Amino acid sequence: MGETMEAPVASAMRTDAPPAIRLEGVNKWFGALHVLRDINMTVATGERVVVCGPSGSGKSTMIRCINRLEQHQEGRIVVDNIELSDDLRSLDAIRREVGMVFQSFNLFPHLTVLENCTLAPIWVRRMPKKEAEALAMEYLERVRIPEQAAKYPGQLSGGQQQRVAIARALCMKPKIMLFDEPTSALDPEMIKEVLDTMVMLAGTGMTMICVTHEMGFARQVADRVVFMDRGEIVESGEPEAIFSNPQTDRLKLFLSQILRGH
Amino acid sequence: MSDIAAGGVPAPAPGAASRRAPIITTGPVAWVRANLFNNWLSTAVTLLLAYLIVRWTLGFIDWAFVNAVWSVPIVNGQAQTAACREIKGVGACWAVVTEKHRFILFGTYPFDEHWRPALVCLLFVALYVVSAMRRFWSWVLVPIWIGTLTLIGVLMWGGILGLTYVPQERWGGLPITLILATFGLAFAFPLAVLVALGRRSRLPAIKMLCILYVELIRGVPLISLLFMASVMFPLFLPEGMNIDKLLRAQVAMILFAAAYLAEVVRGGLQALPKGQYEAADALGLSYWQKTGFIILPQALRLVIPPLVNTFIGFFKDTSLVLIIGIFDLLTAGKTAIVEPAWQGFGVEVYVTIGVIYLVFCFAMSKYSQDLERDLNAHRRR
Repeated sequence: MGETMEAPVASAMRTDAPPAIRLEGVNKWFGALHVLRDINMTVATGERVVVCGPSGSGKSTMIRCINRLEQHQEGRIVVDNIELSDDLRSLDAIRREVGMVFQSFNLFPHLTVLENCTLAPIWVRRMPKKEAEALAMEYLERVRIPEQAAKYPGQLSGGQQQRVAIARALCMKPKIMLFDEPTSALDPEMIKEVLDTMVMLAGTGMTMICVTHEMGFARQVADRVVFMDRGEIVESGEPEAIFSNPQTDRLKLFLSQILRGH
Repeated sequence: MSDIAAGGVPAPAPGAASRRAPIITTGPVAWVRANLFNNWLSTAVTLLLAYLIVRWTLGFIDWAFVNAVWSVPIVNGQAQTAACREIKGVGACWAVVTEKHRFILFGTYPFDEHWRPALVCLLFVALYVVSAMRRFWSWVLVPIWIGTLTLIGVLMWGGILGLTYVPQERWGGLPITLILATFGLAFAFPLAVLVALGRRSRLPAIKMLCILYVELIRGVPLISLLFMASVMFPLFLPEGMNIDKLLRAQVAMILFAAAYLAEVVRGGLQALPKGQYEAADALGLSYWQKTGFIILPQALRLVIPPLVNTFIGFFKDTSLVLIIGIFDLLTAGKTAIVEPAWQGFGVEVYVTIGVIYLVFCFAMSKYSQDLERDLNAHRRR
């Protein structure tokens, strides 16, 4: 991989608390295409899971099902003790507790960085404007770009935009954070600043699911690595076990391709 | 050595101290030389066109100003237009406008009460100016609009506050045009936004209803809608019930404009990346919060040019009410030259009316350009 092994971040996983996320027998089709096949997964409170796999393996679809950007057709998804259903109130409750960071940032280009961060706390959490702004500045400082608060997203670099997106999600004080390939759209020199932010976040004990191919990051913070291929969870385990001792041919092939790519 | 072949000038030797500045190839003189006089053919075309432009401009100035007749004597209430007839074709007879301007502007509104429609026109213009200023863009505008439009209604109708009552049949001219356009757009635009959102609704009934509305209205000429509103619609009303003709035309125009505007707005909605919807959803914003804060502000900015295009088209389309006998600016102008004394001086009247339309439309167009630049400042780096 060519990167130095950084000090692992201590796990904040709590097995005594009820699980943060539970997927039971989840199936999903896009038309005739069976994209998720019998997904069973439990994520404990404070656990950090890295999901990897070749493109088209269903990993993005899986985490997008957790906050219902996609709808699953079979099985149960329980988030923070609330089952996802057609009931809009349960969906609102879940989305308030689950933050999401996208591959293409998806900041609101017509709002300033600060407004991007305060919009949802003000309107969804009903937080007073002053309080929301103070909170936003706190998180912008934590992702180390408070000086950009008055700028528009278009004026920032990709790495800065992604850090704003992380701050924006954190301003809702979510219990769970989902990352959908957060560094895939970034230039190599900007990947590190975003990964550093995510490592910092991991240190706070946040429950995280990250779809990423950054194996260094997985080694450093993941409690568990899940390997998906063709809509199935093929292997799952501690990072060392997964990377050093893959059991299946599919994972071996994937790892060899990833390593060659770097 | 490609640099020599291409430019004909050798590249400076490394460490060369200085060299002469290149020949200026920008600026107005260089542009004229490069584009208008770069060979004999283009020089000839340039000179020919310049000659024609100068000639026509001088001809127009002669007609419109030098040889023009600005007023004619009135004998026994009859305009003596002999002077105008003499110079017909050589000079403009602005006397028709001088004489008839109050009729053209205010139609058959009682002559002594003309200050009322005049004030109404000023109120409309003031309303446009205030609404155009971004510092007033807040809820303040709602009471301002309601107040002004109510005041306009009071002024036009009268019947209270010591104003004499003027029935709608006697209204005419510019106020009618402004009423049709302003009320038309004020109601059509919100309706259009709702229809555009409805066309993308997940509820099939709403979606079908909106598609049906747009396709039905868009597939019919405005004139036939106006006919329906003025002739057919009253047939369906119960005996004795009567809805104001102007109001019927107004509703028809609102429905028509909204169908077109809805498609423009939908274009903006389509152009937004899916990620914007997803990010708003993921943050837990409700449908109306998402639509109001994220989707519409961006979608509407994207479609300012076609939106204003439709606005301008609609402003001019109000003149079609002529067909059903509503006395708008154009109808008033047309009627002004029916009088035998003034027959044959249509050009002057139509030029005047054209200028009035142009002023309003050009203002809209200019304002939209500024708005577009200001509102899209966030896209500049």
